[in-house]
Amino acid sequence: MAAHLSSGRVNLTALREEHEVEKMFTLKPGRLPPADVKNIIFFVRPKLELMDIITDNVLREDRGRSPQRDFHILFVPRRSLLCEQWLKEQGVLGSFIHREQYSLDLIPFDGDLLSMESESAFKECYLESDQTSLYHAAKGLMTLQALYGTIPQIFGKGDCARHVANMMIRMKREFPGSQNSIFPVFDTLLLLDRNVDLLTPLATQLTYEGLIDEIYGIQNTYVKLPPEKFAPKKQGEGGKDLPTEPKKLQLNSAEELYAEIRDKNFNAVGSVLSKKAKIISAAFEERHHAKTVGEIKQFVSQLPHMQAARSSLANHTSIAELIKDITTSEDFFDNLTVEQEFMSGIDTDKVNNYIEDCIAQKHPLIKILRLVCLQSVCNSGLKQKVLDHYKREILQTYGYEHILTLNNLEKAGLLKPQTGGRNNYPTIRKTLRLWMDDVNEQNPNDISYVYSGYAPLSVRLAQLLARPGWRSIEEVLKMLPGPHFEERQQLPTGLQKKRQHGENRVTLVFFLGGVTYAEIAALRFLSQMEDGGTEYIIATTKLINGTTWIKSLMEKLEPAPF
Amino acid sequence: MSRVRADEEEYWHSSKFRAFTFDDEDDELSQLKESKRAVNSLRDIVDDDDDDLERVSWSGEPVGSISWSIKETASGSTSSLDGRDSSLQKGSSSYAALPKQASSYSLSSLFKGRNKLPSFQSLSDALTDTGVKSYAPELRRPKAEYKDYSSDWSPKDTVRRMQRGKVCSLERFRSLQDKLVLLDEAVAGHDGNVITAVLIFLKRTLRREILFRELEVRQVALCHLIHFLREMGEQKFLLDLLRFLDRTEEVALSQYREHLNIQDVEKRREFLKGCIGLPFSAEDTSHIQDHYTLLERQIIIEANDRHLETAGQSELFRKYPRKASILNMPLVTTLFYSCFYHYTEAEGMFSSPTNLKKTFKIPDKQYVLTALAARAKLRAWGDVDALLTTKNWLGYTKKKAPIGFHRVVEILQRNNAPVQVLQEYVRLVEDVETRLNLATKYKCHDVVIETYRDLKDRIQLTAYKCKVERGSAEEEKIHSILSNVQIRWKN
Repeated sequence: MAAHLSSGRVNLTALREEHEVEKMFTLKPGRLPPADVKNIIFFVRPKLELMDIITDNVLREDRGRSPQRDFHILFVPRRSLLCEQWLKEQGVLGSFIHREQYSLDLIPFDGDLLSMESESAFKECYLESDQTSLYHAAKGLMTLQALYGTIPQIFGKGDCARHVANMMIRMKREFPGSQNSIFPVFDTLLLLDRNVDLLTPLATQLTYEGLIDEIYGIQNTYVKLPPEKFAPKKQGEGGKDLPTEPKKLQLNSAEELYAEIRDKNFNAVGSVLSKKAKIISAAFEERHHAKTVGEIKQFVSQLPHMQAARSSLANHTSIAELIKDITTSEDFFDNLTVEQEFMSGIDTDKVNNYIEDCIAQKHPLIKILRLVCLQSVCNSGLKQKVLDHYKREILQTYGYEHILTLNNLEKAGLLKPQTGGRNNYPTIRKTLRLWMDDVNEQNPNDISYVYSGYAPLSVRLAQLLARPGWRSIEEVLKMLPGPHFEERQQLPTGLQKKRQHGENRVTLVFFLGGVTYAEIAALRFLSQMEDGGTEYIIATTKLINGTTWIKSLMEKLEPAPF
Repeated sequence: MSRVRADEEEYWHSSKFRAFTFDDEDDELSQLKESKRAVNSLRDIVDDDDDDLERVSWSGEPVGSISWSIKETASGSTSSLDGRDSSLQKGSSSYAALPKQASSYSLSSLFKGRNKLPSFQSLSDALTDTGVKSYAPELRRPKAEYKDYSSDWSPKDTVRRMQRGKVCSLERFRSLQDKLVLLDEAVAGHDGNVITAVLIFLKRTLRREILFRELEVRQVALCHLIHFLREMGEQKFLLDLLRFLDRTEEVALSQYREHLNIQDVEKRREFLKGCIGLPFSAEDTSHIQDHYTLLERQIIIEANDRHLETAGQSELFRKYPRKASILNMPLVTTLFYSCFYHYTEAEGMFSSPTNLKKTFKIPDKQYVLTALAARAKLRAWGDVDALLTTKNWLGYTKKKAPIGFHRVVEILQRNNAPVQVLQEYVRLVEDVETRLNLATKYKCHDVVIETYRDLKDRIQLTAYKCKVERGSAEEEKIHSILSNVQIRWKN
């Protein structure tokens, strides 16, 4: 048996072992690699691009070979009729003996983080009004409840949130035998639509992890970095054998040092790293003091841990250096200045010089779109004249076909003309204290540290929900899109929590349409606050940043013919 | 993408397990083997049935056929209720294995309740209290639902069954009324896959006008159908639908999108011409018009220049061969191209920059910027000078740069302009600090010296002496200024 996988890593070790999989390949066009097996299983997301690759694979299979190999297809998380229809039109559907599904809705990324990794969820919900991803979200939540108990309180804001809550209630009703006897782990579920807060992902994240993602892109907890800084520093090599392969690192909280610095503002990372360096070199110095055999033995027993710590430190020092090269560049600074001006409400209503300059210099289109959308969101839409000006410049410089992308952004509410001539953003900003002038990056006292001044709206909503409650911000909630609501799910008396004094509540925050690392950092910061009283677990349809998000909304253009 | 794959491939290839054989004694497997053999032998018959619209179920296989029932049995043995629930379990045990370094802070904590890290204390406590007694009981369904095919399911049951990925026949919903109830049930279930399945059935069995009319009042279903048509490339059907709904702008955009699939430029141009009359918004109409005009120009320019280049007569093309064709390039790129190869042409020529500027109403700023970059690349400093020089009505000339002289300097510097040229424009930078910075950075000594003199800053001027060459004219100049008694130094 051989399995084929579409990109996006799901750990299949268990599956492999149980079913004695001979080989695993990643999915790519062309002839399938030779493997002396009887069965080939395609393990794929239901996406049409992938169906094309599979079609290619199947069509190129050597019919004369013996034994003939059988094909099967396993969709994750659901079978898709659209895909099957597509395969049928390509004339290969009949080649698949089994077409099944592997219902994997929420994939854990860390101790407090789950993601559906469905990158098109936002686009589907807001551009195509396709709520399938919401159905999966609801199903994932039902599974979570089956495992961790019924969540007694559900809050939500936004149309999609409302849908998901409705589906959950409906699913519960349809399976009346489903009342489980598990003591609930979560006290509250908060469902948030991404379009309630379109602003946050557009801004550049300034936490360590956020910056790694912004600059290098974290994919399924892995990041690929330019190799130069990771060259083994040995004397006499004279830089001849610099590695050319990108350095690949896994990033998660299993790594002690990373757990400590990932959510810090980047400006606070350097001091931690240098402190760690001192501790580690001191620990290595210990060997000189080890006199007795027992002491030496103890030192040696600690060596593996120390060496791991040292290599972890070396890696993160290199990453921090790479990032610093970028954050200290003039362009990064200029870009950030403009972002911060917009977010604090300065000059959002006229054409911005820096954006014009960037267009003139043909900076990447996504960067331009992020800035223009940010300005639009911070001004509740742009004046028609300003919008037309930007549109014209973008189309003339990057090509008229991008009119399709601009249209998508308009449909998603990211780039739009101001209607009614009213700008609600200042009110929202002031009421929710989205802009903090005195931000402490080293020892933060507020979530605004994750964007060096801007407190992510989504997380502010979560914070205010916990204390003092949303009733205090009714007016602002009405200005944000979609309904806000509260639902209760009855628990049998035996399962109702009697809260100990000082015991924290646990809230599951589900971001429908994606969440950024900076928002996650902000929620973790709230979890760790001494007098916070609430701990957060985060779930989402997809981990995003401004670039990947805008990209998911761009029209797929045919590659240029040269 | 491909790099990612190559990388991961190594990982997957490195895994080696015992081969899977069908000679296994395992019951389930031998069952599978049997049904598979049966399916194999039947496949030809099954494929022929595709055209039989009435009898096709949502999985595309004819319902009630032998292959269908075999498939049902097969999936009963592999992915029955238990199979499904255990797939859940499988999922969660593989979760735990995700981070390679085993740690109490890892994923397993959330899923198995073994967390002992202080910051998650309360959560982990809660977890150990309860334990994980059962997997997904809420998702467990009564066995009865998995009984053999029955023909009298209500629309609701049909939808529910389909949501679980089960094969279901739809052709017994014959009346319009029944079909619509089925559709409404599917929509209420929010599962796009099922909605699409029902829509495909309706699309096959209803007349267009009726389908369109009914969808008009069912927005969610409508969106799904539009998405489906778009993905499947059923352009004509899609446009008919959008027209029926009077969504004219969407019709226009959707049609315009088609041009991306046309590779042949002549055909693409013709197609774009046809797009001009489409009901776009006023603003977009002018963009589409421009798009067409641009491609039209590019085709003319391309034909001409390719000829020039192959003939080898033009020195410019010989010296700077074109890297790519100009077809389908953005407007600004085209302008750059024309400033590079056709700068001196008269306005009447299609390829002349001034003609492009006029036709597309390119703003001054954009024009100067592009022309400057093109001429600087050719090191045509005289053109640069002329571009930035304006004459007033008295005949006096004056240097003007709509983009600011600091930008001019930047562009020239990037093209390795000699100091004499650079200096002239650095001098024109208005802001004193920027001027000093640029002058120092690009070693325009004269400008630095003069600026310090004008600032009456003796200390800085004296300090600058060490930056210029010994015995050079610049050093001489500094000395003479420093010894000038008429200057009232501020320090």
